[in-house]
Parts: sequence; structure tokens; C-alpha cells
Amino acid sequence: MQTDERLLWKTRIFLALVIVSQPLGNLFLTLGMKHRVLGSPWDYVAAIFSPHVALGIVLLIIWLLSRMALLSWADLSYVLPLTAIGYIITAVIGSVVLKEQISMSRWSGTLLIVAGTALVGMTESRTSPGVGSIAGESS
Amino acid sequence: MSQWALVALIVAGTVAGDTLQSLEMKRHGEIRFSEGGLGRVVAALALKKYLILAIVCMAISFFAFMTLVSTADLSFAVPASAASFVFDTILARYLLRERVDAKRWVGAALVAGGVALLAL
Repeated sequence: MQTDERLLWKTRIFLALVIVSQPLGNLFLTLGMKHRVLGSPWDYVAAIFSPHVALGIVLLIIWLLSRMALLSWADLSYVLPLTAIGYIITAVIGSVVLKEQISMSRWSGTLLIVAGTALVGMTESRTSPGVGSIAGESS
Repeated sequence: MSQWALVALIVAGTVAGDTLQSLEMKRHGEIRFSEGGLGRVVAALALKKYLILAIVCMAISFFAFMTLVSTADLSFAVPASAASFVFDTILARYLLRERVDAKRWVGAALVAGGVALLAL
């Protein structure tokens, strides 16, 4: 059906946006926050208006809005595992850009999180007809 | 505040925020941008109380995350926050009443194991 095709592409585009915007947002947030002294609420206000943190927040707002849109037609339990691809991107960014020392157990933990998501990657984008209407649904 | 206490605050805020957000967006129904444009969609959503509450929860989670990355590695902070995925799955099943099959439960269990490895 044409409607299914439209929904499929809409889902793919928003999923890509959701996956990429979060790790980049977190990168700039970390660059701006690193070693910052946070004694009072004013320190947070000052941090928010620093260039790196502000850019990070803009990217995270893009992430939030595209994710909200996606959640209006796709299940939370489908969206969350797929967006977890961002964990690999984040680990690579941490290692390469931020020069973090990533231990074996941290890599293993990160990969285990991603492995968990691979199991559910091929499920349909909509598995429940809507809140409160599961009666008679076969599982 | 210790790093794991901040992680717990991030996770609690995220799980509450995710669940409330999904609940409200599903009540709203699928967003179609052709109908009335983005502005009207934003205006309609700004009045939903679960969505406002979800945003408050996510803000708490966000400030805790900002605090965490000022001292911790990003490659620790992000996967540690993934613990929210486990609680999200549980709430998706029992509160949002989504169908969560065996594969998804195993996935959630692996994520829990992954977060446990970060603690080593």
C-alpha cells in the first residue's frame, strides 16, 4: 500500500536524524562542560550560554523533536533499541575526539548494549494498535 | 554527588520522561505535517499535561547529565544512562501495554549486563 511505503520512508528519515543528532549533541555538551566548576545554579546558566554547550543543546533539541515526531507513529519499544546505534558512535567519538581511555570492560559493556539492540532490529515499526486497545490481540 | 548517583537521577528522569511522552504522543495520534503545518502541531502539543511533565523529567535528567560529563568520561556517561532502556521496556509492556516479545526482553537483559560491565 502507498500509505505503508510513505510511513516506511518517514520512519527511516526520522530514525537517521534521531541516531546522528544525539551523539553529536553529547560531544559538544561534553566539550563545553569538561572541568567546569558547578557550585551554584548560576554556573549552570553560564554553562548553557557558552558556545559549545549551546551548540550541543541545539543538536539535542533537534534530537528531541525528531524523536517526539517518531514516537507519534512508532512504538517506544521499537524506537529505543534502534537509536542505541548511537552508543557506538559515542564510544568512537569519546576515544578519537575526546581522547578518553576506554577499558576492555567499558568496550565490552558498550558492545553488549548494542548486541542487545541487534536482536530487536528487525521488528515492525508498529506493534500495538494504540494505548488501551490490546484486548483480543494475538501475541 | 557520586557519579553513580548522578546516573541514577539521569535514568529515573529519562524513564519517567520517555513513558509520559510516548503516552501523550500516542493519545495525540500520528503527526502528519501536511495537515495545518508544524506550527499548529506545536501549539496543540504545548497544552498537554503529560507532555509538560515529561519535559520537566527530561530537564532534570539533562542537568544531571551536564553535571556528570563535567567530571566523567562521555564514553562512561552515555552507556551508563542506557540502564533507562531496561526500565523503559518494562514500562512499555506494563504501562503503555505494548507487546514486548522474547527477543526484546533478551535485548533488555543484554543492555542490563552491559551497564553492569561499566561498573567494573
